[in-house]
Amino acid sequence: MPAKIAVLAKQVIDPEMPMAAFQIDANAKRVFTPPNIPPVVNGFDENAVEAALQIKDSQQDVTVTVISSGAEFALDVMKKPLSMGADELVLLQDESFGNPVDSFQTAQLLASAIRKLGGFDLIICGRQASDWDNAQVPLGVAELLDVSCVALGKKVELKDDKVVVERLIPDGYEVVEASLPALVTVSNELGQPRYPTLRGIMAATRKRPTIWSASDLEMDGGELEPRLTLHDLFVPVSNTECEIIEGDDEQDAGRKLALKLREEKFF
Amino acid sequence: MAEGNGVLIIGETQADELSLASQEILAAGRKIADDLGQELAVAVFGSAVDAPARQAVAQGADRVYSVTSPLLAEFQVELYLAAADILCRETGPAIVLVARTNQGREVAPRLAFRLGVGLAQDCLEVSVDTATGTLLANRPVYGGNAVAVVSCNQSPQVAAVRPKVYVPLEPDQSRQGEVVSFPVDLDESMVRSRVIEVVKEEAEGVKLEDASIVVSGGRGLGGPEPFAKLEELAKLLGGAVGASRAAVDSGWVPASYQVGLTGKTITPDLYITIAISGASQHMAGCSGSKAIVAINKDAEANIFREARYGVVGDWEKVLAAMTETVRELVQE
Ligand SMILES: Cc1cc2nc3c(=O)[nH]c(=O)nc-3n(C[C@H](O)[C@H](O)[C@H](O)COP(=O)(O)OP(=O)(O)OC[C@H]3O[C@@H](n4cnc5c(N)ncnc54)[C@H](O)[C@@H]3O)c2cc1C
Ligand SMILES: Nc1ncnc2c1ncn2[C@@H]1O[C@H](COP(=O)(O)O)[C@@H](O)[C@H]1O
Repeated sequence: MPAKIAVLAKQVIDPEMPMAAFQIDANAKRVFTPPNIPPVVNGFDENAVEAALQIKDSQQDVTVTVISSGAEFALDVMKKPLSMGADELVLLQDESFGNPVDSFQTAQLLASAIRKLGGFDLIICGRQASDWDNAQVPLGVAELLDVSCVALGKKVELKDDKVVVERLIPDGYEVVEASLPALVTVSNELGQPRYPTLRGIMAATRKRPTIWSASDLEMDGGELEPRLTLHDLFVPVSNTECEIIEGDDEQDAGRKLALKLREEKFF
Repeated sequence: MAEGNGVLIIGETQADELSLASQEILAAGRKIADDLGQELAVAVFGSAVDAPARQAVAQGADRVYSVTSPLLAEFQVELYLAAADILCRETGPAIVLVARTNQGREVAPRLAFRLGVGLAQDCLEVSVDTATGTLLANRPVYGGNAVAVVSCNQSPQVAAVRPKVYVPLEPDQSRQGEVVSFPVDLDESMVRSRVIEVVKEEAEGVKLEDASIVVSGGRGLGGPEPFAKLEELAKLLGGAVGASRAAVDSGWVPASYQVGLTGKTITPDLYITIAISGASQHMAGCSGSKAIVAINKDAEANIFREARYGVVGDWEKVLAAMTETVRELVQE
């Protein structure tokens, strides 16, 4: 069965950066990092690419289109999904697209681009973006496009005219079946995303992304009206004093730790 | 923007009781309603809503909407959403609160989008500016490395509140409240997804999210076998075992063990971390612990900034001696 799959992928500040590199511009109310720390494709979105490529591997005539929206892009970073094996890259790039606060606006932009691309059988997203941890853009896109929606997948398969998803629940997982077209979000439990192959990297260098700005997308004023106001952004302070338990050696410290916890009546 | 009136909580029930998470946000909602001088309403969905309705009143609700339809007997996301959407449109609350539980993670964003409004996601604290009626929400962002204070620009203002942050109010059986029957017209054709199988992967014994002592292991354990040693200590302490995402991603333990931003939120009295570095995304799930203990060989590890007690050293040696001493102490 031929299938058109879209993956929504966001460029984010590297969440694994050293803590010291994490800085807040209090006036602009935004986070910035030194220029020597390159951005990355949101981790869960690489899982989403992997999920799409697994489907592409398992059946014929599957195309995978990666769509991203933002104020500016590091092209080499955003080409990673192509080098993993995705077919196309569509970048929605405009100065006004960089608002991390407003999931509503981002979802409207992505939904508009999806409509312009003629729609997809399946849209795969990450469970949340590691910058603002909103976990809502995909659900919004599904609502705006009025398609089925399954969140927190760890396995995604197309079967006939349905998508079958193993969806994480707190004490295990459930198997959910949804009609197509559908949107699915995935989590890291899906497994390690594949590494780009040399051939993939070569192919990706030759591919040019489609770039659309605000004027290429049909949006009306109401859709872009901000939904949230950001009043403040700060680094929380922790005021715990750690008592380091010392001993003659590590065993002794372990014993003393147990005694201390007993003394403090934790058990 | 101060359109609408009152605070509405989208309630959840579990085994014919109001879920703990709903009881928690009732406490948050009660405070906001009092500050605004407005009513607090709770919506309960399904067929058997009498017991949870009484419970909601005892724990702070002025009004309970008993949202009924033959199709609401079991949780099905599209049907619940449709019902919540109708309720919000017809009752016009100023503020809607949802607990960010397994269900709430999906219901809150989708409901906000249906209503065409913004959502303050995963809040640690919600309060209201009484002069303007603005709901101010504190929410962790960047994996907990920063906190953002946000508010919604349209009405209703919707917030999803992280579980285990607020403490439920003591039930007061003499409190009076009104139970309003709210039948909704739902249609089978709204259903787009179905659960066809449920697979439980939980550890035996004390549940991780309910345990008063949790022993968690991280990447520094180096493999799956050491978890048996953590299990041993947890058992002696009557606790449960958890893990960092690095340990889960390595396949050492199932995903249901994960503590953190995208894992479980736990608030034990004692949280013992073994070979866990204390990344903000891990701490997001355990910072409500009364006391954290860190065993880590790196004195500079972030976990020591959050821990009450720490031992700097090799986990294997420290843990073995600690477990033996605990065994002796509990046998005394
Ligand atoms: C969006 C997002 C969501 C995330 N969600 C979560 C989440 O929910 N939960 C979570 O845990 N993580 C989460 N993470 C991952 C998180 O950022 C960290 O990568 C992870 O918590 C690290 O796990 P760790 O502490 O086990 O491993 P590491 O950071 O590698 O730390 C291992 C520690 O073990 C110590 N060690 C090594 N050997 C020994 C020894 N012999 N004796 C004693 N100590 C030793 C080291 O000193 C080190 O401190 C998330 C990340 C992102 C980007
Ligand atoms: N600007 C964006 N461009 C493309 N995809 C996005 C964007 N923002 C969010 N997404 C998708 O939505 C998921 C959840 O993001 P969020 O709701 O922002 O936490 C991400 O993992 C992506 O799949």
